[in-house]
Amino acid sequence: MEKNLPLINEGPRADALDKVTGKATYAAEHRVPNLAYGVFVCSTIAKGTIQSIDESVALKSEGVIDIISHKNCPSIPGYATQLPDGTRNPKQWWGMKVLHDNQVRFYGQPIALIVAETVEQANAASLLLKVSYQKETFETDFNLIRKDLSKAKPPSTYTRGNATNLEQAAVKVEGEFNIPIEVHSPMEPQATIAVWESEDKLTVYDKTQGPKATQGALARLFNIPDKNVRVIVNYVGGAFGNALRNWHNVPAACIAAKKINRPVKVVLTRPQMFNLTGYRPQSWQQLKIGADQSGKFVGIVHHAISNTSRYEEFREGIVNASRFLYACDFVETHYRILPLDVSTPTWMRGPGEATGCFALESSIDELSYTLNMDPVELRIKNFAEKNPESKLPWSSNYLKECYDKGRELINWNNRAQKPGSLQENGWLVGYGMANGVFGAGRSQASVRAILSADGNLVLQSAVSDMGPGTTTAMTKIAAENLVMPLNKISFKLGDSELPPGPTQGGSTTTSTLGTAVYLACETLKKSLCTLAVEYASAFKNMEASTLLVQNGGVSSTINKELFISNADLLKLANKPFLEITQDSQGTSAMELKHATNSFSSHFVKVLVNPKTFKVKIAEVVTTADAGKIISENTARSQMLGGVVGGVGMAILEELKFDHQTGAITNASFAGYQVPLHPDIPKTTVWFVNKPDPIINPIGAKGLGEIAFIGLAAAIANAVYNATGKRVKDLPITPEKIRAIKN
Amino acid sequence: MQKNCYNNGRRDFIRKASFTAALYAIPSALVHAVPIDLITPGPAPKERIKLLINGKEIAAEVDIRITLLDFLREQLGYTGTKKGCGMGHCGACIIHINGKRMNSCQTLAIHNKSNSIVTIEGVAKGEDLHPMQEAFIKCDAMQCGYCTPGQIMSGIACIRDGRAGSREEIQRYMAGNICRCGAYQNIVDAISQVKASGKTV
Repeated sequence: MEKNLPLINEGPRADALDKVTGKATYAAEHRVPNLAYGVFVCSTIAKGTIQSIDESVALKSEGVIDIISHKNCPSIPGYATQLPDGTRNPKQWWGMKVLHDNQVRFYGQPIALIVAETVEQANAASLLLKVSYQKETFETDFNLIRKDLSKAKPPSTYTRGNATNLEQAAVKVEGEFNIPIEVHSPMEPQATIAVWESEDKLTVYDKTQGPKATQGALARLFNIPDKNVRVIVNYVGGAFGNALRNWHNVPAACIAAKKINRPVKVVLTRPQMFNLTGYRPQSWQQLKIGADQSGKFVGIVHHAISNTSRYEEFREGIVNASRFLYACDFVETHYRILPLDVSTPTWMRGPGEATGCFALESSIDELSYTLNMDPVELRIKNFAEKNPESKLPWSSNYLKECYDKGRELINWNNRAQKPGSLQENGWLVGYGMANGVFGAGRSQASVRAILSADGNLVLQSAVSDMGPGTTTAMTKIAAENLVMPLNKISFKLGDSELPPGPTQGGSTTTSTLGTAVYLACETLKKSLCTLAVEYASAFKNMEASTLLVQNGGVSSTINKELFISNADLLKLANKPFLEITQDSQGTSAMELKHATNSFSSHFVKVLVNPKTFKVKIAEVVTTADAGKIISENTARSQMLGGVVGGVGMAILEELKFDHQTGAITNASFAGYQVPLHPDIPKTTVWFVNKPDPIINPIGAKGLGEIAFIGLAAAIANAVYNATGKRVKDLPITPEKIRAIKN
Repeated sequence: MQKNCYNNGRRDFIRKASFTAALYAIPSALVHAVPIDLITPGPAPKERIKLLINGKEIAAEVDIRITLLDFLREQLGYTGTKKGCGMGHCGACIIHINGKRMNSCQTLAIHNKSNSIVTIEGVAKGEDLHPMQEAFIKCDAMQCGYCTPGQIMSGIACIRDGRAGSREEIQRYMAGNICRCGAYQNIVDAISQVKASGKTV
C-alpha cells in the first residue's frame, strides 16, 4: 500500500513579499500615461427597450471626453452576428455585447459608458445622463417561475438500473433543497486598462483567470491576429470563477480606448460586482434515496433546476456527483435550466457539485438517522470500489482514510446519535460530516525553462494566479525534480506573450501546469547530460543516461566523484543560458482508463442556542484526498479558504431581489453577508497526501473545489444533530431552524 | 436587509455607515449603492493640500470630491492601499491617519490637510520588514493578497490599541477586514504571534 508522504513545508509563498509590502500590482494599478476613466451607467429597469438617451447635459460636464452607448458605439467585428457574405460570424463575442443595442435584458445592465479625465468627473456626469425606457414585463422570481416547468429548457436526463429497486426500498427519504444565488465577490473588483499601441495592436491589463483566453477573445472581437493582443495580469485579487470569462468591462474599455484614441480604465464598483460578473445560479433540487435494511443504497433519484439568463444558457454539474460518488445500482438524474430576466450566472467555486452535494449529502445524513446508523458507517457501507457511472477504476480514492482521520480529529466519539441530546454551557451541541468530490482533469500547457550561467532557473507560462499559490507550487515541483534550492527558481506568469498556459479553473492548474513544469525539468536534465558528454572532458564517452542532474550540476551514477556545475558546463559549451520550451498534452479519463477525481470529507461541530437558534460553528476538521500535496502551506491555506466559503454558503450568503422592479436589493458587503473574522471556527486541515499513480507524473490531483464542496451539508448535518431540525433551504438562519417542527 | 444571527457589532456599524453615506450622497433611489465619491454633478473646485505620507511631505492640488484612497492610488500611485468597495465595508483600504486606523475610502483628501498618513508602503524600515509583515509571510496569512495590506494595517492597529488579548478579541477587532479567500485563521495566527513576541509595532 502507498505510504502517506511527509509534508514538505519548505519556503514561504513565492509572492508573499510583494503581497505584504503592497508591491503586488493588480490590473487597475498599472500606471499608464494619458489615462482616461470609464464609468458605466446601468439600466433602472429589468427588461425593455431604451427609448432615448439624452447626453447633452452630461457631455458638458467638466472633464467628460465621450459618452458611449448603442447610439454611437463604433462597429465592432465581433459584435456582428453575420459576416458580409451572410454566413454566421464564427468569431462572435461570447456573451452580452455591451453598448451594442437598445435592449435591456436585466436590471443594472450597463447601457452607457461615461469617459472622463477622472473617476470623480465621470461619476458626476453619470448623474446627468437622462434615459427613458419602454418597459416590458419580466420574470426574476425563480421560486415562482420554476413551478411552471414549461418555462424551463428541456431536461438532460440520465438513468441506470431498475427503478423498482427504489420503489421497494426498506427505507427511503425524500426532500427538496433550495439554494439562493451566491456571488463570488472577490476583494479585487473586475478591472481593465486598454491601451491601443497602434491601429491594430492592443495591450490590456485585465483581471482574468486566463490571459490566453482573454487574448483570443479580444483578437476575435476586433478581428486582429492573436499576436497583436497582449494581456498582462501580474496578480489576480481573488476570483473563484468570476474571471473565467470576460465581462462587460473588458470590451467596453477596449472600445472606448479605440474610440477616443487614449488608454481607458474601467473598474467595476462593488455594487456592480454583485450583478455584472456572474454568480452561482439559484437552484431547486429534489432528491430521493433508498436503502435496504443493512444500509446499502438501492436507488437515488435527483432532480435539479437552476437559473440562467434570458440571453445565454448556463449549465453546471449539479446532479453529477449523485451518479458516481457512492455505489448504487439504480440512479436517475434530471437537470433543467430556467431562463430569467437576470444577468448570466457562471462557475463559482465548486460549480454544480457544491450545489448537488448539499442535497445528496444532506439526504444521506437523513437516511442514516432513519436507519439509526452512524453517517460515516453508512458512507463506508456504500463506498464505490470503482466509478459506478463510467465503470472505470479510480485512479485513486482514499476517502476511507479521510473518514478515519476526520473522526479522530473532531472527536467523533463525543457525538450522540440521538439529535438534541448533547449540551455545552447551555448550548446544544451537534456533529456532522459530509463529502465533496470533483473531477481531476489535466489539459494542455507549455512551459519555457531558462537556466542561466549563474545557476538560476526561470520558468515561464502564460497563466495567472488568483491566489491558490500556483507560482509557489510550480517552483516547488522544479526544485524537487532538479534537486536544487527553491531560491534559485522563479516562475514568471501573467503575460499572454509567454508560452501558452491553461486558464486557472476547475482545480486543474497544478495537474496541468505542474506536469508541463515536470516535463520541462526532465528535458532540461537530458540537455544538460548531453552537454556534459559533449563538452566536459571528464564525462567524455559516458552514456548520457548514466548521468544525473542535481544540486546545480551534473554528476555520474557510476563514478560518484565526478561533478560539473551547470555554470561551468554552460561556459564550456559557450552558452550564456540553456533554454527549452516544453509542451505537455492533456489527457482524459477515457484515455487513462481510470476515473480521476479528488475527494474531501468535512467534519463539523456546531453549537446552537436552544432559545434563539443562533448557530455557532465551533470547530471544523477538513480532510482531502488530492493526491500528492505539492506545497503544504499554500494547499493548507486553500483548504482553510474552502471552509470559510462553506460557512458563507451554509449560514450567510444570499443575493436578494425586489421582484417588483427586478433589482438586487443587497448589492454591497453591508447587505450581502460574507464570512468575517468572528464567524470563523478553529479549523484543522488534514491531507491524505498519497500520489495519484495515474493522472500525471507529479501525482497531484486538484484541490480548490473539494476544499469547498460538501461543507454546507456538513454544517447542516451538524445543525440537525444538535437540534433535530433539518434545514434544506440555504442559508441556515435562526428563523428557518425555529420554523421547523420536530 | 437580511436578518441574521451573526450580529457582531460590525454589521451594525456598516449599516449605519451606509445610511450616513446615503444621506450625504443624495438620490434616495441609490441608497444601497452609493460610493461617497459620487456626490456633486458639474464642475468641482480644486483645493491645494499638504500632508505627510510615510514621512514624506506631499503637496498637491486635488478635486474636492476625491477620496483619500483614490488620491493615494490614482493621483500619487501609492497602489499598495487597495480599493475593495469604496463604501467603508471591506477594510481593504485601511491606513493609519495620525496613528489611528481608518478606511481611506471614507475620508476625502481635502479633509486630511496636515495629517500624517502611513500606508502599507511605509511600515517597513527600508529592507527590514515590519514584524507584522514578517508574521503574515510566516503564517501564510494571505492567498490572493488583495486584502492583505488592509489586514496588516488593521493588525498593527489591533496590537497598538491593546485589543489583541485573545483570539476572540482579535477576531472582533478585525471584523471590518473582509478576506474573501478565507485566510482568516492564519491572519489571526500572525497577529497573535506578533503580540506574543512582545515586539514593538
